[in-house]
This record gives sequence, structure tokens and C-alpha cells, in this order.
Amino acid sequence: MNQDPLIIAGRTFHSRLWVGTGKYQTFEETRKAIEASGADVVTVAVRRVNITDNKSENLLDYLDPKKYTILPNTAGCYTVEDAVRYSRLARAAGVSELVKLEVIGDERTLFPDTAGLIEAAKILIAEGFVVLPYTNDDPIVAKKLVDIGCPAVMPLAAPIGSGLGIRNPYNLKIIMETVNVPVIVDAGVGTASDAALAMEYGADAVLMNTAIAGAKDPLMMATAMRYAVDAGRLAYKAGRIPRKLYATASSPIEGML
Amino acid sequence: MHARNTLDIAFLSIHMKIVVNGEQREAVEPLTVAQLLETLHLRSEQVAVEINLKILDRGDFPNWNLHDGDKVEILSFIGGGSPI
Repeated sequence: MNQDPLIIAGRTFHSRLWVGTGKYQTFEETRKAIEASGADVVTVAVRRVNITDNKSENLLDYLDPKKYTILPNTAGCYTVEDAVRYSRLARAAGVSELVKLEVIGDERTLFPDTAGLIEAAKILIAEGFVVLPYTNDDPIVAKKLVDIGCPAVMPLAAPIGSGLGIRNPYNLKIIMETVNVPVIVDAGVGTASDAALAMEYGADAVLMNTAIAGAKDPLMMATAMRYAVDAGRLAYKAGRIPRKLYATASSPIEGML
Repeated sequence: MHARNTLDIAFLSIHMKIVVNGEQREAVEPLTVAQLLETLHLRSEQVAVEINLKILDRGDFPNWNLHDGDKVEILSFIGGGSPI
């Protein structure tokens, strides 16, 4: 799909499947699943290092930063202050200004606190960050995020890790028609058809973690997701036929006896 | 001469208490951030360091001296995605 790159803030990405690196059993499994997914953007979290175990390995030993764009998130941040602090730490720990900004509003749903999200995004954009906001499937909030300078928006399909699939396809479609930046459907995907559907609706990319890492066979699911995202993208670009209530014969009547 | 040197070193060895990632640690001054990372077997290009809520530039690690009472946070990237 290299003829169809995704461009965000001047950066070119070749895969429209983005993946998270959480919930895997080992770093080796993480590496293999990501390779199978074909993703070139991988999200990571920022946490204290283990200072008591000298032999603890680092995730970055398994993810070549030359091969992957490392996208740090602010998962677990419930306040603007925390999200801004973690974003700054992520920039200091890494090499780029990219951040997947999350300001979580509630532990049970992990839905975004969109007021906090907009506030934190403003602060970070002023500091030169490239803010990719994890947001609700709310077209008005998406528009506001773009207006303040976010070069893409990442609306959820369903609650993080829920596997419910796209709960509100119409809102996602409205977001895609409302904003003039890439829309990356983030969170809630359960299986390949959910990812394909998001791409068929016109999403520019899909980000997922649990759907792959939590599958019985993460490597096989990573491959399935890769095909699903490619298939959905191609179907979107090819243009589907309109839905009709009644049949239209595919075989000609002419020449029948 | 030898005895005097030993005395000097003993005099200069100032013990300090710092908190690293929430854990109390004793250390001997002078100690730079780069030296602390080395003793913890951490690679400076893989971590972010915050001291008393100030985030350091990586280039400052070799010259930044730690002081008694400093609260040091060392962070790195871990697995995470949508689901944490």
C-alpha cells in the first residue's frame, strides 16, 4: 500500500494499521506481533523504570526506532497537569515531538475528558508538540481539536479494551466529513471486521492494541488485522455499490431459451 | 603525604540521601545524573530524568550534580497502547 501513504504533520506512514505494545506476555511476542501487523507506528506508555532489577530489559531493545515511529501516550493521566507532565517526559525520553494525548475522565469507561483534552492540547501545541488526541466520537470536539492545531484526531470506536466495535458509525462519519485532517479510529476494535468497517467508512487509519494482544493467537490476529485494514481501505477507495431494496440480475436475460 | 590524602578523601566523601523513583537511596557526593544511571545499568538514550519536578535535557546528564534531598524520577517507555 506504499502508493497510498498516510501523511500527518509532514510525516509519511506506510501502514494504516497502528498498534499498541501493551498486554503482551513477553517483549519477543510484542516484537513478533508488531512485525506481523505491518504497522510502522507503535504506541508506548511512559513509566518509572525498574531500578531494583538490573537485568530488566527495555522495550526499545525490541523496537528499532529506525523502523518504527514510537508514539508515546499519556495513558493513565486523569488531569491536564499529569497529561502535560507525561508528554514532556515522553519527549525527553524519546526523540520526537509526537504524543498521543489522553486525558481520561473516568476509570470505568476510560472515556476521554474532552474539556481537559482541549486544554492540555493547547498547552502542548504552544510548546511545539505534535498532538494526536484520543477523543470521543464527538464531531464538535474533533473540530475544536483541529481548530487549535491538532494535525489528526483519534476518536474512539468503543471503550478502550472493550472489543465492542464501532458503537456510533454515524458520528464517526460526521467527524470524517467535518475535519480536514486524518481521522484515526482508536480503541474498541474487537476483530478484523470492525477494523475493515472503520476503513470502509473512510477512516485514515485504525489504532488497536487489545484486539491483537488479547487474542488467543496474537500473531495470527495481527495478520488478520493487517489484511482487514488493507481490505477496508481498498474497498473505501474503490467505492461500494449503493444499497438497494430489490434484486438486480447479474446475468444477462438475452440469449436465454 | 599518603595519610593526608586519605584524610582529604574521607573529608570530601559527603554522604547524601536522595529519593530515586520513590525509593530512599544513600549516595556519595559528587554524583552526576549520568553516573547514577550507570550504577543502575540504565542507558541514558532510553530514559527521561526529572529532578525535583524539573525535566532534564539528555545533554545535561554528565554535568548535573545531585544534591542531598533530591527527588529523582527516571522514566522510560513501556508497553502501552489503547488499553492501559
